Amino acid sequence: MTDDELIWRISGGSGDGIASTSQNFAKALMRSGLNVFTHRHYPSRIRGGHTYTEVRASAGPVESRGDGYNFLLALGDSFARNPEEEAVYGNEEIKPLSENLDELREGGVIVYDEGLLDASEIPNFDERVEENNWHVYPLDLRGLARDQGREVMRNTAGVGATCALTGMDLDHVQDLMRDAMPEKILEPNLEILQIAYDQVSEEYDVDAPDVSVPTGEHDEEQLLMSGSDAIAYGAIDEGCRFIAGYPMTPWTEVFTIMTQNLPKLGGISEQVEDEIAAAALAVGASHAGVKAMSGSSGGGFALMSEPLGLAEMTETPVVLVEAMRAGPSTGMPTKPEQSDLEHVLYTSQGDSQRVVLAPGTVEEAYEQSRLAFRLAYEYQIPSILLYDQKLGGEMKNVPKSHFDREPNPDLGKTLSEDALSEQPHSEDGKFHRFQHDVDDGVSPRSIPGQKGGRFLATGNEHDPTGHISESPENRVAQIDRRAEKLAAIREDLDTEDTGSYAGPEDAEYGILTFGSQQGTVEEAVGRLNDAGVSVKSYGVSDMLPFPTEQVREFVESVDEVLVVEMTASGQFRGLVQKNLGQYGEKLSSLLKYNGNPFEPAEIVDGFETAIVEGDGDAPGNQTTFVPAAGD
Amino acid sequence: MSTFSAIGEEREIDRDEYTPGVEPQPTWCPGCGDFSVLKALKQALPEVGRTPEETLLCTGIGCSGKLNSYLDTYGFHTIHGRSLPVARAAKLANPDLEVIAAGGDGDGYGIGGNHFIHTARENHDMTYIVFNNEIFGLTKGQTSPTSPKGHKSKTQPHGSAKEPIKPLSMSLNAGASYVARTAAVNPNQAKEIITEAIEHDGFAHVDFLTQCPTWNKDARQYVPYIDVNESDDYEFDKTDRVEAAEMMRTTEESLYEGEVLTGRFYVDEERPSYGQEKQTIGEMPEEPLAERYWDDDYEWERSHDMFLDKHA
Repeated sequence: MTDDELIWRISGGSGDGIASTSQNFAKALMRSGLNVFTHRHYPSRIRGGHTYTEVRASAGPVESRGDGYNFLLALGDSFARNPEEEAVYGNEEIKPLSENLDELREGGVIVYDEGLLDASEIPNFDERVEENNWHVYPLDLRGLARDQGREVMRNTAGVGATCALTGMDLDHVQDLMRDAMPEKILEPNLEILQIAYDQVSEEYDVDAPDVSVPTGEHDEEQLLMSGSDAIAYGAIDEGCRFIAGYPMTPWTEVFTIMTQNLPKLGGISEQVEDEIAAAALAVGASHAGVKAMSGSSGGGFALMSEPLGLAEMTETPVVLVEAMRAGPSTGMPTKPEQSDLEHVLYTSQGDSQRVVLAPGTVEEAYEQSRLAFRLAYEYQIPSILLYDQKLGGEMKNVPKSHFDREPNPDLGKTLSEDALSEQPHSEDGKFHRFQHDVDDGVSPRSIPGQKGGRFLATGNEHDPTGHISESPENRVAQIDRRAEKLAAIREDLDTEDTGSYAGPEDAEYGILTFGSQQGTVEEAVGRLNDAGVSVKSYGVSDMLPFPTEQVREFVESVDEVLVVEMTASGQFRGLVQKNLGQYGEKLSSLLKYNGNPFEPAEIVDGFETAIVEGDGDAPGNQTTFVPAAGD
Repeated sequence: MSTFSAIGEEREIDRDEYTPGVEPQPTWCPGCGDFSVLKALKQALPEVGRTPEETLLCTGIGCSGKLNSYLDTYGFHTIHGRSLPVARAAKLANPDLEVIAAGGDGDGYGIGGNHFIHTARENHDMTYIVFNNEIFGLTKGQTSPTSPKGHKSKTQPHGSAKEPIKPLSMSLNAGASYVARTAAVNPNQAKEIITEAIEHDGFAHVDFLTQCPTWNKDARQYVPYIDVNESDDYEFDKTDRVEAAEMMRTTEESLYEGEVLTGRFYVDEERPSYGQEKQTIGEMPEEPLAERYWDDDYEWERSHDMFLDKHA
């Protein structure tokens, strides 16, 4: 925990504008020169229910949610169910305040809308306030907004109060409102912001804030970007102009961003009847010569297993994105988890071949979205970009220059008609699309409509012409050639350096993780080293083909390794052991599967109790420790 | 040489061009109705002036899926029930291709039924031929979605308790703009209908009755057949949705009473195809997307120049 940070949590109900208000506030903080990182928590519900977004802001780098938070803005839940009726959900109206107290740090600030929330309904509220030295500001935000015309603008009043109480200038917030709001509602919102700011400044002593906003400076232009944004922009910059999909949380974000942007690029988006069709459309479009993608979340991705296998067998390039959420089955639709790892690695029948990349940060989401396309088209193989609700929805500032790169519409080993005429053909003119002996296992392809390129693509095993064949010699040659592509991709990936390392190289201990937990692990590693624990981390992105040598080297270089992941069954640890074939006695797990991502302190605690103290006890928070084999 | 020079090529086409050198003799059983679909396509494609290399034939799985091995065009032998989503995406990616999809009654009306409904609904400009033999052939004679009620098989030992699918009515309701039924035993009509279906600008669905002499021996050989457009016994306007629906219903019911009615049941030449609809609302480019990847002068857009300002 650092003192020099603001972690602002805005809470209310779904449909109350929590997401948009927090996004604007995060952007204002970014424009003021700070680094920002957001964390979203929301229910699978259209209206009402406990929702919050945290905005963490600091002059130093922030790559994770923090440990708890230090400023609460509790708004009412407009759609809370009637507390007069007995029900399992309890009194929902008070939840924006009551549900958020446990994680508020000592000395933190509470601003709540006393027009809608009655703190006396919370048991022992005053005692808890005193015990934790919280600073409480009950404000009639609803009344204030109503006086200016519209009650729904109480969010703006809350932001005005936040600025007054943290010593934050209104300029950036006002600028943002001018950018983001339509004319009709801009003026009253600006007024409400100012009035709330003035009122709080007059009523309270704000010269020495309880929690103040830090100051910082950027040396280049920054963008506030989510993982979903980054994935979509990566696809666009790699020349993807076709997407097909079916809505499902949280994948819908990437689908929506692509769908809104593709028409501006002369591209095509198709919302179709189901995910089987979605993946099959992407395969069909790619077969016809367009860079194409589809995607879904766990349940929808399950439906894609067959088209995925078809793409593998016909060597049709395609990119699928899989946005994980807590399973099994419908699970917890709006909560993050990483437990689709094995599903994505192993689904579809036979000895199937695919690429699976799991980016760790928003920046990596952009890079690896591009990489997924490059590998898919260069090696004629499906690439899957595996991420989760956490990475998809979290926003952080990224330098604009990160995206200043050349586009790459290259289709890979695809032949022009001239080049096709030089290629082997059967006597009847059929092009040998699936030749046995080719570099890296990649046999060049033609596109329907090309003269001299006629061939059959089939999910059956086939000979070099595409003709269905069950000859043993051909079978072995084709299987081996397709496997050779994966080996070539591994070599290619070794030059890409997708892994992320933190901590001293000669550290005594190691932490392994994959995907979206990377930033949180790296923050924990920093803190552990500050506390004198010698530990380093390796965030792995390549799930398939796996970077076996790099991981082996990492594991061998330390005494013990803690594997951190958001699964209940230690899927990533299993993958590591499967690939290394040894070191089971060196690898223990820290797991979290309660629907919330790790906080850095949970990893610090888990590491200290389980590894450093070595008694194998559970760390005593919401994580689970699983010891190494033999322990 | 242009990118896709097979497309739009003006030349005489010999029907033998569609016969592959690798497997010129189909392996369907002697007397199988599937031969007639192959023959009708070989006649229709030269007639509409489409060469093998500007044609993409997408099939599903089953005896019908073998069509790809015996008709030499660009081919995509997909998976069971999924020929339509693959085919319609290829058409969107390159509308200049002649796209034909084919499958059996299990493939199209059973496992792929959802795709059938939605592809018809969207009215993609393509032809869909369903080999309807009222049985699962390749898996050796199980009851299919079009098998009559009471049909006995190893999977329905007490006779099917299910009413069969009504494919023509389903197609009409879903939104197909050309709906016809022909039969393997009627080669002239089959050729004419397939020709019309290919030329139709929209989703053309042909329910092709293909007798299965091996697994459906009891079934009719679909003779004698009656062409409802020619017969004096049936009067209806095939451009009228209500009259077409009634004629379809009669046709579907009479099939199980031993009367084989065939012909064009519904034709709507007015309805724009899906591609046209998408272009009208600005969601599909005027030039085939597939060509852009070969255009050296095309300036590929970057997110950096187009979409990032709103994140600043």
